[in-house]
Amino acid sequence: MLTIKDYVLPKTLEEAYSILNLNKNNAILGGCAFLRLGSKQIETAIDLSDLALKYINEKDNQIEIGAMTTLREIETSPVLQKNFSGILPESVKNIGGVQLRNIVTVGGTVYSRYGFSDLNTALLSLDTDVVLHRKGRISLEEFLEKGAQKDILEKIIIRKTKCQASFKMMRNSAADYAILNVAVSKNDNDWKIAVGARPQRAKIAKEAGKYLAGSKKTNEEIEEAAVIATKELAFGSNTRGSKAYRESICKVLVKRAIMEVI
Amino acid sequence: MYRVYGAAKGCQKILGGSVKMRVINKGIPKIDGIDIATGKAVYTDDLSSNNALVIKILRSPHAFARIKSINTERAQEVPGVECILTYKDVPGVRFTLAGQSYPEPSPYDRLILDEYVRYVGDEVAIIAAVDEKTALKALKLVEVEYEVFEPVLDFEEAEGHPSIVHPEDDIHLNMDIGMNREKNIASSYKLEIGDVDSELAESDIIVEKTYYTQAQAHAMMETYRAFSYLDHNGRLTIVSSTQIPFHVRGIVARALQIPQSKVRVIKPRIGGGFGGKQTASVEIFPALVTLKTGKPAKIIYDRKETFSSTTSRHAMRITVKLGADKEGNIKAIDMQALSDTGAYGEHAPTVFSVAGHKTLPLYNKAQAVRYMGNVVYTNKMPAGALRGYGVTQGTFALESAINELAAELNMDPVVIREKNIIKEGETNPILEGSKDGNPAALESCALESCIKKGKELIRWHEKYPRKVISDTKVRGVGMAITMQGSGIGGIDTASAVIKLNNDGFYTLLLGSTDMGTGSDTILAQIAAEVLDTTMDRIIVHAADTDISPYDTGSYASSTAYVTGNAVIKAAEDMRKKIVGSGAKLLGLSEKDVEFDGEFIKNINGKQKLSLNELAQRLISGEGKNQLIGMGTFGGETSPPPFVAGFAEVEVDKETGKIDLINYVAVVDCGTVINPNLARIQAEGGLVQGIGLAMYEDVQYSERGKMNSNTFMQYKIPCRKDIGKITVSFESSYEPTGPFGAKSIGEVVINTPAPAIANAVYNAVGVNVRKLPITPEKVLKGIMELISE
Amino acid sequence: MKIKVIINNQNMELDVAYDEFLADTLRRYGFLSVKKGCDTGSCGLCTVWVDDKPVLSCATLSVRINGKKITTIEGVQKEAKEFAEYLVNEGAEQCGFCSPGFIMTVLAMKRELQNPTVEEITHYLTGNLCRCTGYMGQLRAVKKYLGVV
Ligand SMILES: Cc1cc2nc3c(=O)[nH]c(=O)nc-3n(C[C@H](O)[C@H](O)[C@H](O)COP(=O)(O)OP(=O)(O)OC[C@H]3O[C@@H](n4cnc5c(N)ncnc54)[C@H](O)[C@@H]3O)c2cc1C
Ligand code: FES
Ligand code: FES
Repeated sequence: MLTIKDYVLPKTLEEAYSILNLNKNNAILGGCAFLRLGSKQIETAIDLSDLALKYINEKDNQIEIGAMTTLREIETSPVLQKNFSGILPESVKNIGGVQLRNIVTVGGTVYSRYGFSDLNTALLSLDTDVVLHRKGRISLEEFLEKGAQKDILEKIIIRKTKCQASFKMMRNSAADYAILNVAVSKNDNDWKIAVGARPQRAKIAKEAGKYLAGSKKTNEEIEEAAVIATKELAFGSNTRGSKAYRESICKVLVKRAIMEVI
Repeated sequence: MYRVYGAAKGCQKILGGSVKMRVINKGIPKIDGIDIATGKAVYTDDLSSNNALVIKILRSPHAFARIKSINTERAQEVPGVECILTYKDVPGVRFTLAGQSYPEPSPYDRLILDEYVRYVGDEVAIIAAVDEKTALKALKLVEVEYEVFEPVLDFEEAEGHPSIVHPEDDIHLNMDIGMNREKNIASSYKLEIGDVDSELAESDIIVEKTYYTQAQAHAMMETYRAFSYLDHNGRLTIVSSTQIPFHVRGIVARALQIPQSKVRVIKPRIGGGFGGKQTASVEIFPALVTLKTGKPAKIIYDRKETFSSTTSRHAMRITVKLGADKEGNIKAIDMQALSDTGAYGEHAPTVFSVAGHKTLPLYNKAQAVRYMGNVVYTNKMPAGALRGYGVTQGTFALESAINELAAELNMDPVVIREKNIIKEGETNPILEGSKDGNPAALESCALESCIKKGKELIRWHEKYPRKVISDTKVRGVGMAITMQGSGIGGIDTASAVIKLNNDGFYTLLLGSTDMGTGSDTILAQIAAEVLDTTMDRIIVHAADTDISPYDTGSYASSTAYVTGNAVIKAAEDMRKKIVGSGAKLLGLSEKDVEFDGEFIKNINGKQKLSLNELAQRLISGEGKNQLIGMGTFGGETSPPPFVAGFAEVEVDKETGKIDLINYVAVVDCGTVINPNLARIQAEGGLVQGIGLAMYEDVQYSERGKMNSNTFMQYKIPCRKDIGKITVSFESSYEPTGPFGAKSIGEVVINTPAPAIANAVYNAVGVNVRKLPITPEKVLKGIMELISE
Repeated sequence: MKIKVIINNQNMELDVAYDEFLADTLRRYGFLSVKKGCDTGSCGLCTVWVDDKPVLSCATLSVRINGKKITTIEGVQKEAKEFAEYLVNEGAEQCGFCSPGFIMTVLAMKRELQNPTVEEITHYLTGNLCRCTGYMGQLRAVKKYLGVV
C-alpha cells in the first residue's frame, strides 16, 4: 500500500526540484495511477498541479506537451489529431478507459520509461525531445536508454515535420496491455521504426530504417526491412506472449506500418 | 376459470394452450432495479457499522509448508490491535466451505487455520484491529518460521507425487467419494453404460483427443465480504454477500463448534456471485473475531485476495475417444478426465461427476458411454463452484471432439448433431431421476429447433465453413450444443411462505438469493400470476435465516425451478385459504365462490368481498386468522435446459489474432418467465464463456504464486472484445417446471469455448485444444500447418 | 489535511489523509453509491466527476481535489433515474454493483460527445467493466436513451 507522510504543492519547478532532492523517499506525483500500485513509502509527495504544466502548444516548428497533460487530452487534441498522421491520439486510445486517461499523465508515462508503453513507442518514432529540469533537453531516444535520477520532466517537444506515420499494436483483449507495439514514421526518405513492449522498452530499429531508405520499397524489400528490424532488436517472454511470438508479429506489424506510411 | 401451475398442479402446455398469462412471460422490470442502479446503499459494506473491527489475514508466502513457530507478541503490542488468532486458537474440527446440502459430498479437509499451509495465500493468522492501517501494521509484525516442502503444482503429476498435500489423518468424509489421500486423490469416479471398449473396437472411425480447460476466476464485481455482531440476545449475526445463507449458518456453526441456533445469517443485495459465493470463503473470520471479542467485526477482501485466496473453476484435462460409423452415427463415447481441486476439496466430487453426467446424454444414440477419472489435490488455490460447474469443462472437450469427428468424416458439424442428439420423450439412464434399469425420460427438449434457428440466425449455409476476406483475413463459423440441469434432483429443496397483510397485499418470504439475476422478480411474477394480482402487491423478503423459509440457496441453476415451484405451492395454498375464509365470511360454501385476485365472490358475482376487506377482517378480532400460505418443493429430476451456440470469427492469418464477429445462442429454458431478464442472463453467461474461450487464464509462477491476481493481469472481456451477440429462445414446455420453465443461469456459459474453437478451425484449420484460444496458439498452429 | 470542496453542489470541508484516495474519502463521508471493484484502476466502478470530467476516484488522491467540484450519482439523481429506467427496462442492471460508475460515465458521455456512433459509445464506455450483463443490454439502453439508431 502506498503511504504518503507529507504533501506539497510547489509554486516553481525549482522549488519542486529542491524538495525532491531533500530526501530519497520524496517523489513527484504524476496522475498517481501507477504510483498507487506499488508499496512506496513516500516521505513528501510533490504535486506539480500548480506549475501550469498541462498544455499542448503548437508552435511554428514544434509541438510542446507539458508533463501534467493527461492522455485523454492527447487523445482529443485537434492539434495532435492533425499532426503526425494522428498517431499520438491513436497510440493512447486503448489505454484503460476514459476515466483512467483523464488522470494519467505524459510526465508519469515518459519519465517512467515503461516497457509496455504505447505512447513512448509512438513518440520515439517522431523527432521527440524531453525537457528535464536539471539535465535539460535531450532526445527521447537517449532518455529512454539512460533515464534520469531524481529529476523532473517538464515537457516534451516534438519537432513538426511533414512526416507520415503509423502506429500498430497487438492486444488480445482490447483493454489489455499490448503484446507488442510498433510505430513507423517517414520524413522525406528518413525512416524511423520504433518497437516497444518487446516486452522491454521501445527502441529504434536503425538498420531496418537505413535499409528501407536505400531500397525501392518493393513488397519484398519492405518485408526484408521488417525481418531486419526483428533481427536487430531483442525480444523477451512474459505472461502476455513468448519471445518467439513477439518476433513473429514484429515482422507483420512493422511491415503493415511501413505499407501504411508509403 | 381453470388454471394450471406446472408442477404443483397437473401438467399442461400453457403458452400454446388457451390460458393467457398476465405476468408470466412478460419483460417485467426488476423490482429492485432502479434502486440498485442509482446507487442506493444496499450492499453488505454499505450496511456495516463504522465501528466494526477490521480484519486482515496474514497469508502463506509458500505453496506448501508447516508452521514451525509463530510469534504474535510484537504485533499484539501495536495500539489498536484487538486480537490475533493463529492455528492454536481455533477448533480442531475439520469442515468444508462448500455450500451443499448435508451430508456434503465435499470432504471435510480444512480447519479455520491449520499448522500446514497448502497454497500461496492460505490463511496463517487472523488480525483484528480498530482500522485497516493498524491491522496491516500488525500483520507485518507477526513472525512466522516455516518448514517448507516441495509443492505439488502440476496437476498431471499430483497422483503419487512424493509430497502429500493432506498428510493429516483426520479428514472426514460423509460418503465414499473415492478418496486416496496418500496419493493426492481427493475423489475418483466412474460411470459406464454399455460396453464402451467393444463398441469402440467395432467402430469404423475413432477420434481421440485430449483437451484442457483452465482455471477461471468468477470475477464478480463485489469482492467477498461479511460482517458480524452479537445481537441483543447474544446471538452471532453475520451479514454476508452470499448465495447460501442457510449453508453458511451450518458451516460457521460446525467450524466454530457452536449450535446452529446461535447463528443468524442475513443476505443483503449481492454484487454478483457466479458460484463463488456458494463457497463460504470469508464468513468464518469475522464470526470468530466477534465470538472472541464480543465486538462487531468486518472483512472485505481486496481484489488480489479475491483472485488468489478464494476459489476458481476446476482446471481439467479430458481425453475424449469417440467411435462412429462412416455415416456419422456415434456408437461410443469415452471420456477420461483429471480435475485439479487445488489445496482443498470444495465441490471436488460433484463438479467432477457432473462434467460427464450433463454432457453424455446429449448424444443419446451412442450404444455405450463412459466417464471416469480422478480429482487431485495440488498446492494451488482451491477450486470450487463456478457457473457451469464442470459441465463447461465437459462441454468444451466433448463438443470439440464431436467437431473434430465431423471434420474427420467431412461432415457439417450441424449434420452430425442432427443425426445424434437426444430428442424430447427419449429416455437416458444418466439423466437425473433415473433408477436402476429405469432410465428417466426427457420430458422437454427443443434442442433440434434451437440448432435450426441458430443456423438461420448466423446464416450458416452462406458462411460455413469459411469466407476469405482479404489476403490476411479469413472468417469461419463454428458451433456447439450443451445442456445443464435445473436444481439437484432428490437433494435440494426450497420453501416459500406468503403472508396476506391487512391491506390486501402480500409478503413473499424466500430463502433463495437473488445475486443480481432477478430471481426475486421472477418469483414475485410467479406468485402474482397464481394469485391473480399485480407485481406491486407482492413484497419480497429474502434472505434472513431467522425469518426466511429454508432454501438450499441459489446455485445449481435451481432458483427459478426449485424455488419457483415452492412459490407456486405457497401461492396455491394462499388461494385456497383466501377462498376458504372468504366463503366463510360470505356465508357460502367454498365450492360456490371464486377468487379473481381482487374479489372473493359467488358465481354470479352478486355477493362479493374485496381482498382488502377480507384481509382487514381476518387480522381483526372478528377473523383472528391471518392467512399464511406455504409450500416446499424438491425435484425428483433435474430437467435440462439446452443451448445451441454458433460463433463467427475473423482470424488474422499473420498474427493469429481472433476477432469474434458474431455469436448466436438459441436457448431452450422451457417457458421464459421474464424474457428481458432471461436475455440478459444469456448474454452475461455467453460473455463469461467468451472470456473463458479467449482471454481468461489463472496463471501461477514456478513456485506456485498466482500471477493473475489483478484485473490488469486477468482479463475479463471488455465491451470491445465480444462482437455482436444475438440471443433467441425456442421454448419447450417442462411439465414439472413452474409454468413450464427450466433453468437458464448456467447453461449459457458452456457453448462459446467449443464453438469458437470450431470457428477458428473452420477458418484456418487449427484446432486449439487448450483454453484459452489465444492469438499465439492460433499462429503457432498456422505455422505448423505451413511447415507440414 | 483539511480541504474545501463542492460535492454535489454542497460546500463541504473534508479532513483527509495525504495518502487517502477519493473513493475511500467519499464512502467515509457517506457517499455510499461509490463502489470499488479493484485495486488497480481497471474496472471503472469508482467513476465520479471531478470538475465535470469522469475520473477514477480510486486513483485520485483526495488532497488533490481541494477547491474542486465533485459529482457522484447522489448529485444527479434525476438524470440518473431517467437513464436507469432505460437500463431497467432492458433488464440490464443485474447485480447493480457496476451501475453507479457506469451511469456516471454514460451521463458524462452525453455531455461530451455529440451524436456519437455505436463505436464511439463503446469506446467511451470501455473503462467500465461489468461481469453480469455481457454489455449488450447496456448498449441497447444507452442507444435508446441517446436516440442512436
Ligand atoms: C489500469 C492501468 C492500465 C494501463 N494500461 C496501459 C496500457 O495499456 N498502455 C500503456 O502504455 N500504459 C498503460 N498504463 C500506464 C499509464 O498509461 C501511465 O503511463 C501510468 O499510469 C503512469 O502515469 P501516471 O500519471 O499515473 O504516473 P504516476 O503513477 O503518478 O507516476 C509514475 C512514476 O513517474 C514519476 N513521475 C510522474 N510524473 C513525473 C514528472 N513530471 N517528472 C518526473 N517524474 C515523474 C512518479 O514519481 C512515479 O515514479 C496503464 C495504467 C493503469 C493504472
Ligand atoms: S475501483 Fe476499479 S477502477 Fe477504481
Ligand atoms: S451488473 Fe453486476 S457487474 Fe454489472
